[in-house]
Amino acid sequence: MKASMRTAGDWIARHLVLMIGLLVLLYMLTPVFVVVLMSFNQPAGRNTYTFDGFTLDNWTNLCEPYQLCSSVGLSLEIGLLATLVATLLGTLMAFAMVRHRFRGRAAANVFIFLPMATPEIVLGSSLLALFVSSGLAGKLGFWTIFVAHVMFCLSFVVVTVKARLAGMDPRLEQAAADLYANEWQTFWRVSFPLVFPGILAAALLSFSLSFDDFIITNLNAGQEVTFPMFVWGANTKGIPMQINVIGTMMFAIALIVVVVGEFGSRRRGRAVL
Amino acid sequence: MAEPVTAGSEDLVLAGLTKKYGDFAAVDALDLTVPSGSFFALLGPSGCGKTTTLRMVAGLEVPTAGTVTLAGEDITRLKPYRRPVNTVFQSYALFPHLTIRDNVAFGPRRKGVSKREAAAEVNRMLDLVELGEYAGRKPAQLSGGQQQRVALARALINHPQVLLLDEPLGALDLKLRRQMQLELKRIQIDVGLTFIHVTHDQEEAMTMADTVAVMNQGRIEQMGAPEELYDLPRTTFVANFLGRSNLVAGSVTGTAGEEVSVQLDGGTVTAPVERAATAEGKVWVGVRPEKVHLKPAGDPAGGRGNELRDAVVSDVSFAGVSTEYVVRLPSGQELMVFEQNHTSQRRLHSGDRVDLTWAPEHTFLLDAAQDASAGTQFDDE
Ligand SMILES: Nc1ncnc2c1ncn2[C@@H]1O[C@H](COP(=O)(O)OP(=O)(O)O)[C@@H](O)[C@H]1O
Ligand SMILES: [Mg+2]
Repeated sequence: MKASMRTAGDWIARHLVLMIGLLVLLYMLTPVFVVVLMSFNQPAGRNTYTFDGFTLDNWTNLCEPYQLCSSVGLSLEIGLLATLVATLLGTLMAFAMVRHRFRGRAAANVFIFLPMATPEIVLGSSLLALFVSSGLAGKLGFWTIFVAHVMFCLSFVVVTVKARLAGMDPRLEQAAADLYANEWQTFWRVSFPLVFPGILAAALLSFSLSFDDFIITNLNAGQEVTFPMFVWGANTKGIPMQINVIGTMMFAIALIVVVVGEFGSRRRGRAVL
Repeated sequence: MAEPVTAGSEDLVLAGLTKKYGDFAAVDALDLTVPSGSFFALLGPSGCGKTTTLRMVAGLEVPTAGTVTLAGEDITRLKPYRRPVNTVFQSYALFPHLTIRDNVAFGPRRKGVSKREAAAEVNRMLDLVELGEYAGRKPAQLSGGQQQRVALARALINHPQVLLLDEPLGALDLKLRRQMQLELKRIQIDVGLTFIHVTHDQEEAMTMADTVAVMNQGRIEQMGAPEELYDLPRTTFVANFLGRSNLVAGSVTGTAGEEVSVQLDGGTVTAPVERAATAEGKVWVGVRPEKVHLKPAGDPAGGRGNELRDAVVSDVSFAGVSTEYVVRLPSGQELMVFEQNHTSQRRLHSGDRVDLTWAPEHTFLLDAAQDASAGTQFDDE
């Protein structure tokens, strides 16, 4: 009796860290499970927040709610474009700030953090003031959203890529130059493959920040409606179940991108010769 | 052996080479000629500017002043990838994302060698450094010694005119280091390229190199064949950094024919005039510890020319092939004496009274303006 209690105690002691880890994971992933579950929900009445029955209707009639698919389309377009531009600019900035010494470098390092530290509502309203005072009051829409998103994604890209680059020995690039690689070859053969995981992470982060943003977008969108704005609006009259389908899809896509990216960067190393 | 050829046109010549960081000169108006085909060692304590010098030769650092000339061509401002020079980095700097094979093929591929030819050459190189079966691995999967050999193969495959090695053996343990020293030397003789080997290990420099340049605070103190440097150091720094030396203060009393006479505290000694860095005024009288012989005080027999009398043995340590004595002179200064352990010889003990004696031709005279302890603080590195 006593012995069995001791072994049980031992077992718990040995697996304590594992169990805590699982609990934390559960805590983190529960909202995602709820979204996936609700995407198959057939609500009985106006209350859309209880699971009443299983259906595939939400998946097959995805575009049924007015403006849902157009808002997702807009968010995707802006997300991809803003990610592309922010990742490109941010990566170049990170290289400049880690690999080169120039006047104002220390100041640039501080300023890069400002957009991240500033509350979104402040950024959004000051941007709106800027746009309006520049005479763009009537032209708020796709391009003003795009400019705003590139702006706030940029800091995150720079910081993410910089961290990766700072951990990379500059002598690797010097060794490449010593081995007859010019600047272009050094970048593509050595710097880029080694920094790539950082760039990919930055791009994913940018996209999810852009796709997700409500406050800044809402202030600068004019007549346009992005997906978060659609959800916000729909919330007042009862959220359509299709939103959970979109959520599930986004989650699945993110998962695939991360997994593929991980394998891709492992394989790339083997095929450079 | 690759004895330096007479000043050829293929030599690497550094002239007035200077690198300043702010006001601090890491390399200070360095003049140096490295004969083509030689195994050249750049020896100096940590921080004396060895790496900076190599980086300027490789093109990774732009000199503040001076020129680098290789085979008659001024390459001072040439991009690193346009120089027929390759480097084995202190930290190896292997590309972590590439296999050993791709690491070694990197140089030839950038120079436009076809995939197939490069692959054949890589196999030959990996065989040379005995890593053939590791070709498919990543650098992180190799030991330090193996990584070092990959770095060597990656540089050698390009047949550079000059190979720069920046303390390539620094990270290895003693046994592996000795083994790699021999191997490097063998490879250098095999391929016949100019090697510039940077090290702070004086034993390593002396065993491997045809020519050693001793560097201190951004300048070359002295340069020559190892035996030459050891036999006749020209500065106190070289005398202490390369092996060990006894330096006793004295003043020159005169020169008679080929002999310089020096008055010391305990008597007069002489040295050949060609072994005197300075032959007037105050000097340091130098002699290597193993050149000095101890004899019982007052014994007239067994003198070798130069003598210091009435010393006392203050410490004895047995070191196998030899016994190392510390002997105190009447002036209070302590000298080192290494005696070979011949069976016939009587061992001395602490407190024994002795005379020191050595031959004039083993004596050297240095400028007394130099610090007698220069170079000693790096003894145990
Ligand atoms: N980028 C740099 N900025 C400032 N000082 C430097 C820099 N690189 C080297 N130094 C200084 O120059 C001196 C020589 O350095 P180095 O050539 O690396 O010496 P060694 O290789 O002989 O140990 C050192 O005092 C070092 O601190
Ligand atoms: Mg160094």
